[in-house]
Amino acid sequence: MTDAALIAGATQPSGPGHASGSTPKTLAAAKRLKARHAAEFRFRLYGRTAIIVALSFLVILLGRIVSQGWSTFVQNRISVAVYVDPAKVDARALNGVNWDYMISTAALAKLGLTDDDVGERSGKMSALLSPALGYDLLKKIKADPSLIGKTVTVDGPIGADAGLYYKGLIKRSTAEGDRRLDDAQLGWLDQLKAKGQVTSKFNTDFLTHADSTQPEQAGVAGAAIGSALTLIVVGLLAIPIGVLTAVYLEEFAPKNRWTDLLEVNINNLAAVPSIIYGLLGLALFINMMGVPRSTPLVGGLVLALMALPTVIIATRSALKAVPPSIREAALGVGASRTQTVFHHVLPMARPGIMTGAILALSHAMGETAPGLMVGMVFFSSDLPRGFLSAATVLPVQVFIWENASERAFLSMTAACIMVLLAFMILMNGTAIYLRSRYERRW
Amino acid sequence: MLILMVLLALAALSAGAYAMGRRKARQATAGAAGRPHSLPGYHGAYVALWTGLPAAILLFAFVAFGGRIEYALISADPPPASAGITAERMATYYGDVQSVANGQSTSAVVYEGAAKTAFDAAVAHARSTDTLARLLAAAAALVLAIGGFLLAFPKLSKDFRARNRVEGLTSAVLIVCSVVAVMTTLGIVMSLLYESLRFFQAVSPLSFLFGTDWDPQIAMRTDQVMTHGAFGAIPLFAGTFLIMIIAMAVAAPVGLYSAIYLAEYAGRTTRAVVKPALEILAGVPTVVYGFFAALTVGPLFRSGFNALGAQLVGGPLNDLGLYLGQVQNQMALVAGAVMGIMLIPFVSSLSDDIINAVPQALRDGSYAMGATKSETIKRVILPAALPGVVAALLLAMSRAIGETMIVTLAAGLQAKLTANPLDTVTTVTVQIVTLLTGDTEFDNPKTLAAFGLGLTLFAITLVLNIIALRIVQKYREQYD
Repeated sequence: MTDAALIAGATQPSGPGHASGSTPKTLAAAKRLKARHAAEFRFRLYGRTAIIVALSFLVILLGRIVSQGWSTFVQNRISVAVYVDPAKVDARALNGVNWDYMISTAALAKLGLTDDDVGERSGKMSALLSPALGYDLLKKIKADPSLIGKTVTVDGPIGADAGLYYKGLIKRSTAEGDRRLDDAQLGWLDQLKAKGQVTSKFNTDFLTHADSTQPEQAGVAGAAIGSALTLIVVGLLAIPIGVLTAVYLEEFAPKNRWTDLLEVNINNLAAVPSIIYGLLGLALFINMMGVPRSTPLVGGLVLALMALPTVIIATRSALKAVPPSIREAALGVGASRTQTVFHHVLPMARPGIMTGAILALSHAMGETAPGLMVGMVFFSSDLPRGFLSAATVLPVQVFIWENASERAFLSMTAACIMVLLAFMILMNGTAIYLRSRYERRW
Repeated sequence: MLILMVLLALAALSAGAYAMGRRKARQATAGAAGRPHSLPGYHGAYVALWTGLPAAILLFAFVAFGGRIEYALISADPPPASAGITAERMATYYGDVQSVANGQSTSAVVYEGAAKTAFDAAVAHARSTDTLARLLAAAAALVLAIGGFLLAFPKLSKDFRARNRVEGLTSAVLIVCSVVAVMTTLGIVMSLLYESLRFFQAVSPLSFLFGTDWDPQIAMRTDQVMTHGAFGAIPLFAGTFLIMIIAMAVAAPVGLYSAIYLAEYAGRTTRAVVKPALEILAGVPTVVYGFFAALTVGPLFRSGFNALGAQLVGGPLNDLGLYLGQVQNQMALVAGAVMGIMLIPFVSSLSDDIINAVPQALRDGSYAMGATKSETIKRVILPAALPGVVAALLLAMSRAIGETMIVTLAAGLQAKLTANPLDTVTTVTVQIVTLLTGDTEFDNPKTLAAFGLGLTLFAITLVLNIIALRIVQKYREQYD
């Protein structure tokens, strides 16, 4: 019997001698009621706190990633006019010319400085500039040797550390010995900026380059293409096999021990840790079948096995949602069972299947551990060319950069996460759109 | 390239066969009386399948296993003794031969002099073997395609049961697809067992499962000074469970309370905002959580504890202060707490479903007796949902144990037997990753140990999953 019932009993006039109201019994009941309401309030507060905690974790997580990563999308570029001195350039051995030195002395000249005897000053300037400038100059001269003896303007990113200074991530207030750039270098950077030599713009290099040992030239394109190729393999394998398995289990399979075993098996597979799939890929695909390591093919094979249970489970629930009347109608007009399923049930379940498939792909895209096992930790400064060329994928790229020592890679890791999340949000958004646009309620 | 072209040719042949089959069926039925057994399309499909399918299977088998066969062919004749390739390096050598021959790497610079000439000869041999194999496969595929067509086409007639044949094949394909899932499980078990058995030949299972010393440094070559590796997995499991317990301490209360709030208190609009937000939290890849743990939470916790330690030094808790002053980024608490955040949406969405599955009549009955909402939840709904909630927590535990990236990035590598959450510990998954990234020659206990760990991990998570899924299934039947 609850307190409310007690109160109800207490307040009912049970005899002529009892005035309803302030007897000790009702007082105690009112007190209890108050305590119960306080407990109710507390309980509700716990629930609300839990929600707020969960949501604030999300906000902190995403906010932290964006605050660490945004600066990668800004690139500081410098353009330097270099006089290509014919006396210093051997036209027969262009690769042997010290282009970086030529560019850094030109940049020093802009500031009204000349190199000292031991080359320390030009070395310091060279550390502020990206080697990309030197390659650029070399490429220009190679394309048109008549430029020797003329002034050539090269344009390219500044060095990673100099970029960190412009973005406020290396501060003057830090003791000189504790930062990568000394006071003189910071002074030059300020002067270059003041002279308008340095411009900042959106970093397209980050989105179009493959990985590089130089942070300012490294990009996510290699990993993004690797991810795309891997996902193609996953999609081509997991979606047809998963959908057909689900069709079999839901529409054709007899209820017996074999299908019970299948069901238990599929549910268990969905909960197997992803690293176990990586071990399977390593032992089965690489070691036994000789699929080349580090390739989108082997990565895709492993992730396809991992995505399979998800696709099966999603397809089954989509098929279950199609009402039996559809099947009965088709069978009633003389369609065979196969025709019923493939001409009527499957098309009607298509939105649900597509949603599930996209979610499974997006999940596979974010998976890292199997990639580590099958050698997707791969450094390549070229974009992957196909399913059989070694490549990395976006989450593994995050792992690689996270372990890189250069400071500039920290913000690039966060930026790579932003790219990865952007792709995943795009995919999930598509799935949600499909679900809301085409889902039919029966 | 050749294989791709043959596949395209096969597709074209099948399309042609389809058209021919359909036309023949139409012609056969045009003049005759009575209705044909199958629609013309089925006749076409029957011929097309016979034309394309066997040949395509052959080609896929070649792509899957051809590399292996070629490898056996080129490694059949050993390099001349002058090349000085030792027996241990043979596998690497032929691996290089094959990858250079396939154009996956441009050249192998490690070989010089006599070895280089032998290597080049081997590459040339591998290339010619490869070309021959491809041509043979392509020719065989074409022969199969034509043979299939010649076999199937004459059978077509008005009464030919083409639909039944095609549908029979369709259901065969369905069954084959559903076998893939079973094969995956078998593959996992077999490959883990096989490699683990090799590991247990070098290290006894008892000392693996009950040893308290983990130090897998072992000599990679015979000429190195031998350091015996120690493979006692107890510290790894202790670390794994420590982190799992911390994670559950975060995820269970937050996840459960948010599920209760969402299911019982929240209005339509709150649900519409919170549920997708939790789904986003659930969709964030684990490597992102690892990054967050290693570079945000780790330093934050460390500086917090260090500051606390500085306050305590000199006071009554001087020793604790000194200890707190030197804790590192990579403590179990950091990995556990972030893993807990990761598991919140998992726990909450599973429990939400379970709470929603409790019949409304139970709630109504409780309210009718005058119980408040929280009393209804605590005394009626939660007891009714308890098995399901326990199952959800078990599934979350299984995920915490198998989670890799957070611990790889945020937990340490030192195998310690400790229950102190401020200490660095290592986990099973971290060790698998460390043992297997880098070289993966499958002949020393160091790499094979990863499979031993994998097998144990698989067994533990499998038991947890089976128990949890059993409970969920029983529970569903109870209310259905």
